[in-house]
Amino acid sequence: MEYFLEVSLVGLAVGGVYALIALGYVLVYKTTRVVNFAHGNIMMFGAYFFYTFAALLGLHWALAVVLTLVASAALGAGIERVVLRPLLGRPAISVVMVTVGLAAVLHGAAQMIWTPGDFFLPSIFPDAPIIIGEMFIPSNTGYGFLVALAAILIFLVLFRFTRSGVAMRATAADQVAASSMGVNVPAMFRLAWIYAALSAAIAGIVVGSITTLNPTMGLIGLSVLAVVILGGLDSIPGAILAGLIIGWLEALTGFYLGGAYKDVIPFVVLIVILMIRPYGLFGTPEIERL
Amino acid sequence: MSIGNFKERYQSDEAIWRTPASRVWFGVLLLALAAFPFIGNSYHLFIACLIGINVISATGINILTGYTGLISLGHAAFMGVGAYSVAYLSNHLGLPFYVCLPLGGLLAAAVGLVVGIPSLRIKGLYLALATIAAQFILGFVFNEWESVTGGGRGVSLAPAEIAGLKLSTEFELYYLIVAIMIPMLLFARNLFRTRIGRAFIAVRDRDISAEVMGINLLHYKLMSFALSSFYAGVAGGLMAYFFKVVTPEQFSFGLSIFFLAAVVVGGMGTILGGIVGAIFMTLVPEVLDAIIHAFGPGAIALLSPAREIVFGLLIVGFLIFEPRGLAEIWRRIKRAYELWPFRN
Repeated sequence: MEYFLEVSLVGLAVGGVYALIALGYVLVYKTTRVVNFAHGNIMMFGAYFFYTFAALLGLHWALAVVLTLVASAALGAGIERVVLRPLLGRPAISVVMVTVGLAAVLHGAAQMIWTPGDFFLPSIFPDAPIIIGEMFIPSNTGYGFLVALAAILIFLVLFRFTRSGVAMRATAADQVAASSMGVNVPAMFRLAWIYAALSAAIAGIVVGSITTLNPTMGLIGLSVLAVVILGGLDSIPGAILAGLIIGWLEALTGFYLGGAYKDVIPFVVLIVILMIRPYGLFGTPEIERL
Repeated sequence: MSIGNFKERYQSDEAIWRTPASRVWFGVLLLALAAFPFIGNSYHLFIACLIGINVISATGINILTGYTGLISLGHAAFMGVGAYSVAYLSNHLGLPFYVCLPLGGLLAAAVGLVVGIPSLRIKGLYLALATIAAQFILGFVFNEWESVTGGGRGVSLAPAEIAGLKLSTEFELYYLIVAIMIPMLLFARNLFRTRIGRAFIAVRDRDISAEVMGINLLHYKLMSFALSSFYAGVAGGLMAYFFKVVTPEQFSFGLSIFFLAAVVVGGMGTILGGIVGAIFMTLVPEVLDAIIHAFGPGAIALLSPAREIVFGLLIVGFLIFEPRGLAEIWRRIKRAYELWPFRN
């Protein structure tokens, strides 16, 4: 029991990062109705961009972060334009599969460009662990949580108060109405992908700092699907809460049952949620009309 | 030149072989398949066996995804269930392969039914997510249920044996695989002339309309899951006899994507599509292999990423430029040939 609180706290910190990854899924889904199976790999690319700028080119970490964001935004916009745009209006099955194909391309490309080996990201967080009372949180996880929290807040503010954020929410609510009010809907699709790629890049840097960097990092994206479904595919508050829940569950199962159980628990949650409440905690139930 | 062929009854329009010529060509194909082992070397036979197994499995996912419209990202896991079942039945109960293979298929079908249960409530994308979850949960079971699956090391099994004859070389396995593949393909082809197959197609095209017409959605969706998993289970069982060892890595998420890619590239919703797609996707890595080896030994490290990139590009490219796949290209060529010298 003495470890319970500490393990929980670390789990919640990881959960914050999950929430940030989930945010990327939700952004794209809300605006474009696409579940992006390549999101985990876009995140991995973000981490590799940072590794390239900070470790290989030896730039200052702040500059490297900025360059990483720029590169990731370009990647997101490029994917939207080249891969998703031609499939507008096609059945969901095609769009799902095109993102699966994209994930394979990105995964292969990362191995080809950066080799399949493990790398360590240059550390940007202070080395000293965070100590709260008796509890001990590893530095990267703790500060990573704070960064993820800050990033989520920034995105929320962007949606709430900027002109493009309002336009994006309008597009999410009703594409035709938004379009007739003068919103450039394709531009909003692009913006959603850019925002998703930005959030993925930040998440990638954080995840890469907590663990090591290798091409299998994209798999985290698949377990985060459980977060997205638990919270509701189109709900940002849902993604945040669900991220914390899944992170916490993972930490507990990992601690009490072992690593293999930790990896499978998100998928068990995913199945259970799909069976009892497929639209998640805060998602909109899908109603079909003829 | 044949402009068209005149048919008087719906039956003849729906026949499996619609023209006498197609019967003849099918006979020629069977002869060619039977003669192939005497012409090809062991490498050719190895690839041919692999293609045969993949064709069966791809036809399975085609029934589910191509014909019933339920995206499956967990097909490899069902193959795994078949493979492990076959290994267990053969090792622990000493059953012969002609009992093991159908039982492996049935066990996979039972697991498929369970995975299909969420389709009671969800469809489309949500169902795809459920199949991903099934893939990872079953992968976890393969790794952890050591008493049955041997854990990460896997299990090995004795070669298939019939009437004292051990089927251990590619030459013998080739005939086993082909002899199983052809009836399974004919069954699938025939299925879509029956009430069940038509119900699958109706569910895919517009599930609500299908329900209004009296099709019990859950019933048919589960049936599709079971059938598709049966095909996967048999293919997995053949894989077990072919490689003589079953490990969890053989049935990874990547293999599920491979089969999805095969039906996308081949053409969803046609039996020919599943066959062509499986052949094409099995040959692509071999061709890549040859190309990369031509660049010298230093390039070998690039093989596995290059393979993945090409797979991904094929999926993306076909979806954008040729959504109905290779089967559609073949149909166009055939039509142009039939109508020549007129344009279609």
